Amino acid sequence: MAETREDVIRCEGIWKIFGDKSRQAMEAVLSKGLSKTDIRQQFDCVVGVQDASFTVGRGEIFCIMGLSGSGKSTLIRHINRLIEPTSGAVYIEGENVNAMNAQALRRLRAEKIGMVFQSMALMPHRTVRDNVAFSLEVRGKTEAERAKVASRAIDMVDLTGWDAKYPDELSGGMQQRVGLARALAADPTILLMDEPFSALDPLIRRQLQGTFMELSAELHKTTVFITHDLDEAIRIGDRIAIMKDGVLVQIGTPEEIVTNPADDYVAEFVAGISKLDLVTAARIMQPFAAYVQANGPQDTAAWPVGKPGDKLNELVDLAVGTDHPILIVAGGQTVGVVTKRALLRGIQGRVDAEGRAA
Amino acid sequence: MADKTFDWLNPFASIDLSIGERADGIKQWAISNRDLIQPTKRFLESLIIKVEAALQAVPPLVMLAILVLIAWQAAGRRVAIVVACCLVILGLLSPDAWGLAMTTLAIVTASVIACAAIGLPLGILAGKSDRFESVIRPVLDTMQTIPAFVYLVPVVMLIGIGNVSGVVVTIIFALPPLVRLTSLGIRGVNPSVVEAARAFGASPGQILRKVELPLATPTILAGLNQTIMLSLSMVVIASMIAVKGLGNEVLRAMGRLDAGKAIVGGLGIVMLAIVLDRITQGLGRSGRERGHLPWWQTGPVGVIARLIGRTN
Repeated sequence: MAETREDVIRCEGIWKIFGDKSRQAMEAVLSKGLSKTDIRQQFDCVVGVQDASFTVGRGEIFCIMGLSGSGKSTLIRHINRLIEPTSGAVYIEGENVNAMNAQALRRLRAEKIGMVFQSMALMPHRTVRDNVAFSLEVRGKTEAERAKVASRAIDMVDLTGWDAKYPDELSGGMQQRVGLARALAADPTILLMDEPFSALDPLIRRQLQGTFMELSAELHKTTVFITHDLDEAIRIGDRIAIMKDGVLVQIGTPEEIVTNPADDYVAEFVAGISKLDLVTAARIMQPFAAYVQANGPQDTAAWPVGKPGDKLNELVDLAVGTDHPILIVAGGQTVGVVTKRALLRGIQGRVDAEGRAA
Repeated sequence: MADKTFDWLNPFASIDLSIGERADGIKQWAISNRDLIQPTKRFLESLIIKVEAALQAVPPLVMLAILVLIAWQAAGRRVAIVVACCLVILGLLSPDAWGLAMTTLAIVTASVIACAAIGLPLGILAGKSDRFESVIRPVLDTMQTIPAFVYLVPVVMLIGIGNVSGVVVTIIFALPPLVRLTSLGIRGVNPSVVEAARAFGASPGQILRKVELPLATPTILAGLNQTIMLSLSMVVIASMIAVKGLGNEVLRAMGRLDAGKAIVGGLGIVMLAIVLDRITQGLGRSGRERGHLPWWQTGPVGVIARLIGRTN
C-alpha cells in the first residue's frame, strides 16, 4: 500500500438489525449495550452486521471472508445500498451513500459500482450482449454505444462471439464471465464481488480467479471481494477481513492474518493454510544483535544470505544446503538471523517466541 | 318472531335480519342510476358492434386463413393445422354457424380486452403489495364462485339487456384468473435477478418493464388463456340477457328441447375455444422453445422475410 492512500470506500459503524422492531433494538444496543442474544429475546430481531468499520483504498482488493451466515453478503450490500443500515453510513469517494436521493443512488449504481453475484443473476430473457449492456441501457445510452461497450466487455472476459446467445445456452463458468463483463461494462470505479466463484467447480473457479486477477491487475478496480474460501482470499486479496457472526474479527494483510491471528476463531481458520508463500523472513527473523548476544560472536562468512522480503519457500531453499542459520541482509546491512528452528516454526505458522527476542 | 319461542339449539331459525329484502335495494339503486351509465354504455355498445361488423365483413375463408396464419406465427405449424381443422369443422356445423361464431368472437374479444385492461394493473399491484393481495383475494374468490344468476339481474337493471351487459357479466366471471396469475408471475420472478437489476441502477419502473413483466409473461399468458376460456364458457349465460351468437343458439335449443341444435351450438363454442386456447398457449412459449429465434424469424413472417431477403 502506498503511504498516501486514498479511501474510495469508507464504512463507518455499520449496524444492520433485521426485524420489525429493529429501531428500538438499535437504541437499546446503543444505550444499554445489549448482546445479540438479548436482542433476539427482547425484540425478536436478528443482528446481521454488528458495528462494521473499514476502508478500502483506490485499486485495492479487499476480501471479506467468513462462513455462510456470518453477514458478509449483508455487509457488501450496504456499499451500494441494496440494504439500508440500521445505523452507520457508507461513504464512496467521500460522498455519503445513505444521504443520496433515489436518482443519485441509481446513477451511482449504474456508473460507479459493478456487482457480481454468486447466483450470477443474469436475465434469462436477454442475450449475453443485452445482459452486459444493462447498466448502460438503464442510463438511456444509445444502441450503438451499448453495442460498442458490451462487445469490449465481452472481449475482456474471453467470450468473443457469444454475444447473441442466451444465458441458458452457456455453461456455469461462462455465465459468470458474463456476470463479470456486466459488472465491468460501465467501467465502474468499484467492483463488488459477492462470492462470485463459489458456485463453480474447482477447476473453473481457478480459471476464473486467474481471469479476474489479470483483469484487476490491468484495470486497478477498487474491489470488495466476498468469499468463504480463505485460500481464495489469500490469493486475491491485498487485505482480508475475517467476519464472524456479523462482526469483523480481524482486518489485515494475508501475512498478518496468517501469522498473527487475532483470536482462536481466526487461528483455527488459518491453521490449514500453507505459509510457504505468505510469510516473509522479516516476520520470523530475530535481530542479529540479539542473536550474537545469546550465542556469542559468530563467523558468518559461510552463512547463506537472504532478504527480509524472502518468502519461507525461498528460505527453505537456502537452508537445505547448509547447517548454518540464514543471514538476512537489507541495504548492505545485516539485520537479522533466521535459525532452522524459527524457519520450521514459521512453516507451522508460529512465530518462535524463544528464538525471537522481539 | 315474538310468538315463537327462541330455540337456543337452532337460533338461526328465529333470527331474521331480512338481509334479502335489504339487499334488494341494490336493484332500486341500479334502476335509479341507470341514466348515469347510459352514455358509457352506448359508447361501448358501438365499439362492440364495430368489432362484430368487422369480423362479419371478412369472408369466412379469408378469416379462416388469417386465423390459421396467426396460429402459425404464434404457436407453430402443428398448432396451425389443428386450428385449421377446428375452423373447418366449425363452419361445417351448420350454414349459419360461422356468422354466429363471429358474433360470439366479437363479444369474447371485447370481454378479454376489458379483462386485460383491468386485470393486468390489478395483478401487478397484487404482485407488488401483500396488503393489496390480501384485500383483493376474497373479492376474486367471490367473483369466481358467486353464481352468475345473482348478478345478472342487478347488471341488467343498471345497464339494460344487450352486449354491454353481456361483457360486464363475462368480466366478473373471467377476470380473476388473470389477476391471480399476473400476481403469481410477478411474485415468481427470481428475486436475485431483480436485485441485480437494482444493483445496476434500474428504477422501479424499469425493473417492472425490463425484468419482472418479461419474466412473468408465460404465467400472465396462462392467466389470459384462462380468462379467454372462462369468457367462452359464459356465452350461454350471457345470451340470457340478449347477447346473440352461439350461446343464444344453445339457449334457444334448450327452450325447445332441440338436442340437435344444442349440440351444434355447443360444438361451435368448443371449436372456438380450442382455436383461441391453442393460439394463446403458443404465445407463452419461451425463447428456448422457439429455438432462441426472435419472433420475426419464425412462422409466416419469417418465411416472407426470408423470401424478401433472397430476392434482394
